[in-house]
Amino acid sequence: MRKVLQPLLLVLVLALIPWVGVTWGKLDYLFGIIIPYTAVVILVLGMLWRLFDWSRRPVPFRIPTTCGQEQSLDWIKTNPIESPSNPFMAALRVLSEVLFFRSLFRNTKAELHGGQKLAYGSHKWLWLGGLAFHWSLLIIVIRHARFFMETLPMPIQMIDTFDSFLDVTVPAFYITDAIALAAITFLVVRRLSDEKMRLLSLSTDYFPLFLIGAIAAVGISMRYVTKVNIMPVKGLTMTLASFGFSVPEPVGALFYVHLFLVCVLLVYVPFSKLMHMGGIFMSPTRNLPNDSRAKRHVNPWNPDIKFRTYAEYEDEFREKMKKAGLPVEKQ
Amino acid sequence: MSNKYALKPDELRKEFEQKKPRLLKGEFAGKDWWDLPVEFRDGNWCFPAKSEVLEDLHFPNPRKWSATDKDWQLPAGWEKIIRDGMRDRLKRFRSFKVFMDSCVRCGACADKCHFFLGTGDPKNMPVMRAELVRSIYRQDVNAFARVLTKFSGSRKLTPEVIKEWHMYFHQCTECRRCSVFCPMGIDTAEITMMVRELLNLIGVNNNWILAPAANCNRTGNHLGIEPHTFEQNIMSLVDDIEDVTGVKVNPTFNRKGAEILFITPSGDVFADPGVYTMMGYLLLFHHIGLDYTISTYASEGGNFGMFTSNEMMKKINAKMYHEAKRLGVKWILGGECGHMWRVVHQYMNTMNGPADFLKEPVSPITGTKFTNAKATRMVHIAEFTADLIKHGKLKLDPKRNDHLRTTFHDSCNVARGMGMFEEPRYVLNNVCNVFHEMPENTIREQTFCCGSGSGLNAEEFMDIRMRGGFPRANAVAYVKEKHKVDSLVTICAIDRASLPALMRYWNPGVTVYGLHELVGNALIMQGEKKRTEDLRENPMAGFEEDDDDE
Repeated sequence: MRKVLQPLLLVLVLALIPWVGVTWGKLDYLFGIIIPYTAVVILVLGMLWRLFDWSRRPVPFRIPTTCGQEQSLDWIKTNPIESPSNPFMAALRVLSEVLFFRSLFRNTKAELHGGQKLAYGSHKWLWLGGLAFHWSLLIIVIRHARFFMETLPMPIQMIDTFDSFLDVTVPAFYITDAIALAAITFLVVRRLSDEKMRLLSLSTDYFPLFLIGAIAAVGISMRYVTKVNIMPVKGLTMTLASFGFSVPEPVGALFYVHLFLVCVLLVYVPFSKLMHMGGIFMSPTRNLPNDSRAKRHVNPWNPDIKFRTYAEYEDEFREKMKKAGLPVEKQ
Repeated sequence: MSNKYALKPDELRKEFEQKKPRLLKGEFAGKDWWDLPVEFRDGNWCFPAKSEVLEDLHFPNPRKWSATDKDWQLPAGWEKIIRDGMRDRLKRFRSFKVFMDSCVRCGACADKCHFFLGTGDPKNMPVMRAELVRSIYRQDVNAFARVLTKFSGSRKLTPEVIKEWHMYFHQCTECRRCSVFCPMGIDTAEITMMVRELLNLIGVNNNWILAPAANCNRTGNHLGIEPHTFEQNIMSLVDDIEDVTGVKVNPTFNRKGAEILFITPSGDVFADPGVYTMMGYLLLFHHIGLDYTISTYASEGGNFGMFTSNEMMKKINAKMYHEAKRLGVKWILGGECGHMWRVVHQYMNTMNGPADFLKEPVSPITGTKFTNAKATRMVHIAEFTADLIKHGKLKLDPKRNDHLRTTFHDSCNVARGMGMFEEPRYVLNNVCNVFHEMPENTIREQTFCCGSGSGLNAEEFMDIRMRGGFPRANAVAYVKEKHKVDSLVTICAIDRASLPALMRYWNPGVTVYGLHELVGNALIMQGEKKRTEDLRENPMAGFEEDDDDE
């Protein structure tokens, strides 16, 4: 349980810091201006560094995992996505992973039944939960654009309208808020309820879930429960969007808790497993075409190797070869 | 089947019966994985390489030791060797670096590994296997991880870690099944290859891998067969073919000017039941009048270098092109093998190409251009034969395989490292009448390993092999029960060597065949005598001596 409680406690402590800082320390400027800028700088530079750090390392071999029929004889039906024969199809394969979690969709659950029978059931919950989590987070992030722009571009406006079409609360309820919370709960419960997952999960797996959960919970309570005055919030976010440094008007501690936890998340991304958002594009088992017999792939560090040549081989076995009637180069 | 290195099948059945529906074996409540001990016992480790093998290969730290020793006699400064080796490989392989960094531990891979399904050992979940390395890697790249060890899942490099690596990276057959399900495309085979390279740097190794590698280097094949013996053995197969069919085939050896060089795993030349597959090839080539030759120097399709290091893989593989160039052939035809084809398909041209001394492969019988092999210039026999059948160039009587009720086992490497699924099925459906697929979660890209791949086919490793092969055997048992299947057809030499033992253990009564053995059975040869027996000299159904209707 230590693995779970520690990150939970950590998130609570992190949430208290801005609460205390703003309520008693009057550190609005630190939490409203300095920390957000610092966090964004660390996020951007950190991610750029990580991407650069991956891409400077060579890909010595073409090693796609082939999950479908390769292109071969022309009368044989190929699977262009799972065994892409060109870079374009390989790009589609990667996109299908990024947008739809294609590989995860295959997920099954193995169980041992009586009479020592292994059974593999379809198990799409992880796929569904993961997809719901990631897509709702993306939409929520996009929705937040309204805090950073005077007028919203049409597509974002549409996402917002669509997301709030239920219109059951004041202000209008966002469906993605509910989906995100439900998905986070599912992902946490999933890690706790299965003994395999309990063993393989680390504190660093729970921490981002708790952190994102806390951000969402605080955000939701600001919108629907405490109904934070939106004007000073927008004032501050517009200042940030225009790279300004003016002192923010009083906004209330709850908002700073939200903002500070977001900053922690941004800073955490480049140093953690959350970099999987970049890694997925870099995976050589997915992003390379399966064409290595048709097109030579070059390894920049291909080593010089001394192998045993035929001449050396014949030198050792010449007499035996001659006796057996095998042709030889030298008599 | 009993063996001091494996439980009796009934004992293992009881173990499974007791823990069902759970897969994990043991109680883990409140435990962290890094506290679980590593225990070597009979049947779960392979003998280390003999000193003379290491000296032959110029590999470090030759000594007498065994995995059950308390002190493994690691060389002085082994920690530095491992750390530097790791840093160096992280620099040279983007795959290694990305796979270390982007796992989210979603657990999708956990129950996909045949070794996990068979052993119930949590460290056999692919994600855990990788964590064994990540926990060390984190110490090097992340300052927080060095301080917050438990929080970040990192730990110090100790001799215990080396023991753990040795155990669990030799309980991975590099089959890539986990990578099919991984949303990040993380391939444990790649991580296993890296760790085995690292372990070889400090003399932690496996004789069943390094002895064949040394043999292959010296004599050209894994079994260490010298040229005259290699030739004699094939000629004795020629006699066997004549006994069964009345036809005398005449392979040639090391012949310059042949159109095609044929290379297959040496298991097909020497080991039962591989030899029957070899007889199938020889009959096929005779049937179509192919201008081919077999080399005694490049007499091995397989490549145990792949299970050792990149450099060793390249060194062993180099012989193929070297010999093809010397003999002046136009292109190379490759026999049925698993990891051989991973090497040929994904590594050979990069390592030892470009093959500009060869021609783009064209079938001399049908004129088909194998454009998918136009750079590497090596064609898989199943592609070659499927093309022949499609063009009606083979006279086949599938009834000659009516005594067999078949299913097909996709070899891991051909499936997930090449993507060849249809050709062998097309050939099989044309040479036999009874064919049933195993359940869909156990075939094609989701195929299960035989449990003995990547150099783990050692006798002393029987317990883990029989456990690792359990998911495959279980799928065979399904079609055995449902469709009375009695013949398991494969296109891999390791499968032909390992699956018979697995079938004896789990599914007595199921026999293992190579695809081209069935082709050989079905071929109607010119000038043949009345056929009554298959290549194993077993009677064929409906072809009895006294059956005059035939």
